[in-house]
Amino acid sequence: MSKKLVALTGNDAAAYAMKQINPDVVAAYPITPQTSLMEKFAQYVADGEIDTEVVLVESEHSAMSACVGASAAGARVMTATSSQGLALMWEICYIAAGYRLPIVMPLVNRALSGPINIHCDHSDAMGVRDSGWIQLWAENAQEVYDNLLQAIRIAEDPSVLLPVIVNYDGFIISHAIENMHIYDDAGINKFVGEYKPKYTLLDPANPTTFGGFDLPDYYFEHRRQIADAMTKSAKVIADVAEEFSKICGREYKFIEGYRLEDAEIAIVALGSTVGTARAVVDELREKGVKAGILKIRVFRPFPEGEIADSLKHLKAIAVLDRADALNAVGGPLFDEIRAALYRKSDIPVVNYIYGLGGRDMGLGEINHVYADLAGIAKTGKIKELTTYLGVRE
Amino acid sequence: MAKTEKTKAPGWREVPIGGVNPEAGNAVKYNSGTWRTFKPVWFNDRCTQCYLCWINCPDVSILIKEGKVAGIDYEHCKGCGICAAVCPVKPKKAIEMVKEEK
Ligand code: SF4
Ligand code: SF4
Repeated sequence: MSKKLVALTGNDAAAYAMKQINPDVVAAYPITPQTSLMEKFAQYVADGEIDTEVVLVESEHSAMSACVGASAAGARVMTATSSQGLALMWEICYIAAGYRLPIVMPLVNRALSGPINIHCDHSDAMGVRDSGWIQLWAENAQEVYDNLLQAIRIAEDPSVLLPVIVNYDGFIISHAIENMHIYDDAGINKFVGEYKPKYTLLDPANPTTFGGFDLPDYYFEHRRQIADAMTKSAKVIADVAEEFSKICGREYKFIEGYRLEDAEIAIVALGSTVGTARAVVDELREKGVKAGILKIRVFRPFPEGEIADSLKHLKAIAVLDRADALNAVGGPLFDEIRAALYRKSDIPVVNYIYGLGGRDMGLGEINHVYADLAGIAKTGKIKELTTYLGVRE
Repeated sequence: MAKTEKTKAPGWREVPIGGVNPEAGNAVKYNSGTWRTFKPVWFNDRCTQCYLCWINCPDVSILIKEGKVAGIDYEHCKGCGICAAVCPVKPKKAIEMVKEEK
């Protein structure tokens, strides 16, 4: 496949992926910081470059509802949102997964109100973590593009048939311009392929009912099937990544270690903060500090085994959460990483809640985390289990 | 469970995914006639065959035989009483609602 180096914002990268996917239906409602993605995509449609049916709705609740209807009708469907938009979609998100509709949605991560805030954190995505949507996380614009193309294949695989969210940090990724590669339309067309729905409302020869009343005698069985599909999606995610790697030359795994193999201390994180942390790790390595990073790319299904294996040699671990679970313990990623390590290791693990509402996570903050980790590694003692990093005292 | 389907209910691996029902018109197999509190009773001798009950019944439960109203399908009638309400025959309607004996 031929590739081209371009400079795009994260939102433009997502719009370009959506243009190449050319979904049958896109139903969406504008919300900062997703807006420029949908503007760009709508422009492609208005200019006649693609023939997607764009449904402009009056709210995100309607957007996801229209997506559910179109997907049940057998269409390839996408939407995109952020923050409150996702919160308004919430009940329909469960329905999309419950009806096994392979809708793909870029989620431009933004803090949830209140107080109102339009900047990045991960509380929107964490709000739907148990809804049955697969979640991929991007570190930069390139991964936004690559993850979206893979998401279509993952969602529509007959053994999966679950919707997929592709997360990327609001403004930090969505509005910053980065160099990245795009691939030729023909190659992407071939990779993405055609969606062949298992059931469709538009097949009069085989009439079906979607959304029937599911009482105690069947609901449990249907929920069990979703759990099974989530488990089976792991193989599909791996296979699709491998096929994509062959075409595009970049490797995609569930998790990615950076200078982790010989590290003694490491942080675990999602999204753009991983990029900043790479610079800190390089500096620390110059000084002889054995620092590393574990990036989580696939959050649902949760790659518990891989995570435990990749962390087992460390002396101290910090989990960075750009969302708070408000459970008086720590953040959502912290909970799950600790659960992954349970009975597999007794490495001290601490939590940092950072960057809420777009508070900057700079080199200084990340250096602070590694300094704390070095202390914990030396003494084996945890002073503070959960730290609110960067909040003014 | 349906009266006409006495077999063991299927396990989660056999059930169509997503709660999709791929079988059109299968409500006929499901005995929903147990939901009634009142049941309509039809009197052939008073009926003028105007079909108003048949047009209005939301559950397609007015039986027609050889083009004529011939009674009630008690396996699917929910006892809503619409048929009795719309029956225009006077002074006594050709459909009356009576308390269901359980
Ligand atoms: S009571 Fe209601 S459901 Fe039953 S036959 Fe009359 S109209 Fe139909
Ligand atoms: S509405 Fe009354 S008179 Fe008319 S067909 Fe029905 S039972 Fe007979």
